[in-house]
Amino acid sequence: MNRSVERHRNILDFALSSLLRRKGKNVSLWVMYTLVVFLIAAIVFYTHALKREAALILQGAPDIVVQKMVAGRHDLVPFGYVEKIAAIPGVSAVRPRLWGYYYDQVLGANYTLMASGDAPPGTADIGNGVARTLRIVEGDFIPIRAVPGATTLFQVRKVLPYASELASSDLILLSEGDLRTLFDFPRGFATDLAVTVGNPAERATVAAKIAALFPDSRPILNSEILRTYDSIFDWRGGMMVVMLGVAVFSFVIFAWDKATGLSAEERKEIGILKSVGWETGDVLLLKFWEGAVVSLAAFLCGVTLAYVQVFFFSASLFEPALKGWAVLYPRFKLVPDVDPYQLAVLFFLTVVPYTVATIIPSWRAATVDPDAAMRS
Amino acid sequence: MRKSTVYFLFTLGSVILLAVLLWSGRYGAGEAGAMQEASKILVQELQLTDLCLFTEARYTRHPAMADLHSAFQDHPLALEHFPSGSLATPPRFRRERP
Repeated sequence: MNRSVERHRNILDFALSSLLRRKGKNVSLWVMYTLVVFLIAAIVFYTHALKREAALILQGAPDIVVQKMVAGRHDLVPFGYVEKIAAIPGVSAVRPRLWGYYYDQVLGANYTLMASGDAPPGTADIGNGVARTLRIVEGDFIPIRAVPGATTLFQVRKVLPYASELASSDLILLSEGDLRTLFDFPRGFATDLAVTVGNPAERATVAAKIAALFPDSRPILNSEILRTYDSIFDWRGGMMVVMLGVAVFSFVIFAWDKATGLSAEERKEIGILKSVGWETGDVLLLKFWEGAVVSLAAFLCGVTLAYVQVFFFSASLFEPALKGWAVLYPRFKLVPDVDPYQLAVLFFLTVVPYTVATIIPSWRAATVDPDAAMRS
Repeated sequence: MRKSTVYFLFTLGSVILLAVLLWSGRYGAGEAGAMQEASKILVQELQLTDLCLFTEARYTRHPAMADLHSAFQDHPLALEHFPSGSLATPPRFRRERP
């Protein structure tokens, strides 16, 4: 046992000396390798944490949201729907939601305006993102241009807590009367309906009954809301697949570079080792350790850096991509959550192929005659 | 000190650092945990449906509520032009009638 460990340690010593002899090349390889692992790991950590965050935060979202459709687009829902939906067995409450969007022409920011029973007329509760963008605090006034053209000033009653920014950053909560006046919302209509169903197992049945009762309606189940975020941050979702593709492709180039052959210097080194008595198995072990040293160090550093970037620095490197042209962007911290399965996949995706790719050309070089290897 | 010892110490140190990070993340969410809880309460109170991640377009601000034609919001041949539209694509599973 000790002999075997000592043999491995001797070969590892030699592998490290060999790597240090080509310091410039190997350090740059390690840096690039770390960056590729960092990019893949950061995307995986970020999307997984966001999916989990969405699943936990949106648990409290309405059981069913009922929208009215006209020619495939949203339309306002008449209050007449409320009573009929409330009469469906299993429905415990139906709450009309009144909300919309407001584009601030001065700053170019989009806000979500919503009616809230808590806000007295003439006041507004605003999200932390709105306060930050407009640079206002409690007691200040927020100007909103109403549909008739006049600008109305609302006194900021409170700024919603910074802690809830992921859900409320762009929110402006007004009284129902103010919101109706601002947007010229007709009386007796709501933007959509939030339906509460007592038994979660009955949600799909209730949704089917609503769709049968009102053929122009679109019921959206809570599970569909949650699955929306699963599909957005799925690895196949939009930009994710492009970023992951680029990272994996760069990694394939590394492995391909290693697998396609050895440099003349490395061939010569193998020839010398064979001529001084090294066996093919020893040479392969040496190359295995060379590959393992670089890939394992890159894996550990890349994963650690990705973790720090995503969970300590709120994925600030991704911010420009996520922000797009938006003026208002929430500031939030994700609850760290790393799936061991993801780490295992990352390990097998990065360390194993590279190490194997290092061994194959060495095996071909180690099986030829030492004299020929040195002369080549 | 032998080079292999230095390498083992480096690897061991990195593994311990990573393990501590993962452990502290799981059991000491701290500020992030409080943010999650506050958002959860607000979602329940106001009956919100979406996370405020992308505010540049209505269908990326509320992807769960977006209509089926969100990518062609202006006219049937209008191609997607918001950067976040490449991240928040319309849900594939949306059912008209369950």
